[in-house]
Amino acid sequence: MLVSAQDNVVVQGLTGRQGSFWAERMAECGTRIVAGASPGKGGREVGGVPVYDSVVDAAREHELDVSVLFVPPLAVRKAAGDAVAAGVRKIVLLTEHVPYQDIMHVLADARDHGARVLGPNTAGLVVPGVASVGIMPGFADNIFRPGSIGVISRSGSLGTLVALNLVSAGYGQSAFIGIGGDPILGTTTLDAVRELDEDERTEAVVLVGEIGGSMEEDAAEYIATMRKPVVAFIAGRSAPPDRRMGHAGAIVSAGKGSGTSKVDALTSAGATVVDLPSGIGDALLAAGVKPAA
Amino acid sequence: MKLLEHQGKQLLAQAGVPVPRGRVVTTPEAAQQAAAVLGCRVALKAQVPAGKRGKAGGIGFAGAPEDAAGAAARLLGSELAGSRVDAVLVEEAADIAQELYASVLNDPAGKGPLVLFCPAGGMDIEELSARDPESIRRLGVDIRTGLTADAARSLVTGLGLGEHVEEQVTSALLTMYRLYRTVEAELVEVNPLVVTGAGEVVALDSKISLDPGALGRHAELVADLVPERDDTGTELERRGRELGLQYLELDGEVGVLANGAGLTMTTLDAVTHYGGKPANFLEIGGDAYTKATPALRLVLDNPRVRSLVVNFCGAFARTDVMTEGVLAAIEELRPELPIFFSIHGTGEEKAIRLVRERLGVEPYDTMDDAVRAAVAAAAGEGKVAG
Repeated sequence: MLVSAQDNVVVQGLTGRQGSFWAERMAECGTRIVAGASPGKGGREVGGVPVYDSVVDAAREHELDVSVLFVPPLAVRKAAGDAVAAGVRKIVLLTEHVPYQDIMHVLADARDHGARVLGPNTAGLVVPGVASVGIMPGFADNIFRPGSIGVISRSGSLGTLVALNLVSAGYGQSAFIGIGGDPILGTTTLDAVRELDEDERTEAVVLVGEIGGSMEEDAAEYIATMRKPVVAFIAGRSAPPDRRMGHAGAIVSAGKGSGTSKVDALTSAGATVVDLPSGIGDALLAAGVKPAA
Repeated sequence: MKLLEHQGKQLLAQAGVPVPRGRVVTTPEAAQQAAAVLGCRVALKAQVPAGKRGKAGGIGFAGAPEDAAGAAARLLGSELAGSRVDAVLVEEAADIAQELYASVLNDPAGKGPLVLFCPAGGMDIEELSARDPESIRRLGVDIRTGLTADAARSLVTGLGLGEHVEEQVTSALLTMYRLYRTVEAELVEVNPLVVTGAGEVVALDSKISLDPGALGRHAELVADLVPERDDTGTELERRGRELGLQYLELDGEVGVLANGAGLTMTTLDAVTHYGGKPANFLEIGGDAYTKATPALRLVLDNPRVRSLVVNFCGAFARTDVMTEGVLAAIEELRPELPIFFSIHGTGEEKAIRLVRERLGVEPYDTMDDAVRAAVAAAAGEGKVAG
C-alpha cells in the first residue's frame, strides 16, 4: 500500500494526545488530512481539522482514501470496522497488542470490501516529499529524502536506522512501508515486495527482515522473478534460539524462522543479503543502483 | 500465555473433549493416594510449560500406588527444560491403539484460524511436517462464519479411521475450535489425540496458549487458572520480568541498551559482527524508557559486562526523552564502565547536546562506530573515551 499527495486522510483518534501530535507531523510531510474521528467528540476541530463521531459520519462530508488509527487495542476492531464500512480503501493500524482474533475479523471484512490494511503494530508509511501516514520521522531530511529505493521494515526504530543509512550513502527513498511487528498482518512482506516491484518510482528494494515467522521465506519465490535489485538485512541472526526478542513474532523455534533459513532463501532468490544496515549502500552500488546526484 | 497440560485439559474437558481421569499433585504421598483412587496403571507427568517432556524424562509410569510415590518423588523438585517441577499430573495410563494429531491455531499466511489434522500423531509436528507434509490436512477458516461440521468432517474422512472414530474426532475438532474462539487462544493443540483399544477418542496431552493481548477480556478464566509462577531464566532475567522489562542475559561482555526489538537485535548483531559478544538483550523504547534506572542497573549487575552501547533511533519514541532517562540513570548509578552512544532520529539534536553537556562524551556518528568502540573497550584495548 502506498500513499499519494491526492489521498484524503482521516485520523481516527485525532483528539487524543498522540493523534493530534502526529497529525501535525504528518501534515508537515505534505499529508492531506481532511478529517478526524473520535466517538463523542464530533463537532470539534483539532488544528483546523473537523472531527466527527465516526468515520462513517466523516465519509458523508469528505472523500476518504486513507484512515490511520490512533486508538487503544480493544477499540481497534470497531474503529477499523467503521473505516471499512465507510468505504475507506487504505487502513493503517499503528496499535500494538491488538487481540489476534480481532485482527482476523478486521482483515476478513477488509478483504470482502476491497480495502487494504497495513499493520497492526506498524510505524506506518512514508513517501518522502509526498506524504507520511503513521509515526515515522518523515519530516527529518537526514532520514527521508525523495529517491528511488523502496524500503520494507517490520520495525520502526530499525527502519529509521536503515532509512538514515540510505540517506548517508547518498540514496533517497521512493517509499518506506512499515509492515508491522505482529504475527498476523494485513500487509505481508510478500505483499509489500510486490507493491514496490510494480511501483514505477522504485528502482530497487531494501528488505529489512527479522528472525521468526516465515514472511521472508514466503517472499523469496516472488523475489526470484524480479528484475529490480533486492538488498536484504535480517535482524537477529546472532540471537540465541528459543528466546523471544521483543516482537511477538521474533522467536526461532525448532529451526523455523531462523536467520540462516531466511538468508538462504533470499540469497537463492538472487537478493544480496548484508550483515549490517551500514552495508546496504555498497550492496546497492554493486547491484548497479546509483545514488541520487 | 502458555497453559500447563493439566490447565489445558481442564478447559478441554469443560468444553467437552474427553481426557483421561487424573489429578494434579505436589507431593509423593498425594501421588500415591491419587494412584490408589484411580486404581489402575498410571502415568505421572511433570507440569512444566515445555514440549517433548517424554524425551526429557518428564513422564513416568507406575503399576502400583507405592511406585507412583517413587516416580513423583523423582519428578518433583527436579529441573526440566529450564523450569522447576512443582506439580505432577497423575492420570490413568491410556490403552493406545492409535495416535492422532489435531490443532487449531493462528495462521499468519491465511490471516485467520487454521485447523490441522493428521492421522499420525505423537511426534513433533515440525518433524512430521518436514518428513511428510502431505500427511497433514489443513483447513483455513473464515473467523466470521466459523468451522462447520461438514468442514471438520472433511478433515478426518477417507483415512480409514472408521465411522465411530471419525464422528468422535469431528466432534473433538469442533469443540477445540469453539474453545480456541471462546478463550481467544493462539493455539489449541492435542498431540496425541488417541484412539483407545475400545475405540474411544481421548486427549492425552494438551498445549494451549492464550493471546496475551486478549487476556483482559477473560479475567475470570485467568483468575481461575492461577497463573503459574514463572521461574525460568537467570536471576537477572526474573528481576527484569518483575520490572516489566524484557531482559535476556547473554554470555558476552558488551552491554546493550536500545529502543525497539528490531534495533536491539541489530545492535546485538553488530556487536557480534565486530568480534564482540553481547551481554544482554534489553529494549527500553516505548514507555519502558521511564524505567531507565532499573534497566541500567540490570545491565550493570551482570558481572561480565565491561562496556555499554546505547543505541537510539527515534521514530515514535523520542530520542531526547529516552536519553534524558538514561542520563538520569547514569548520574544516579555512576557506572565505572565506558559508555558509547549512537543517537539518530526524532529529537536527535537535543539528545546529542544532552549527552555532551551532562557526560562530556561525544556520541558516535554511526551505530557501527559506537559498537566497534564498545567491543574494543570490552576487550581491554587501551583506554577509550567514555
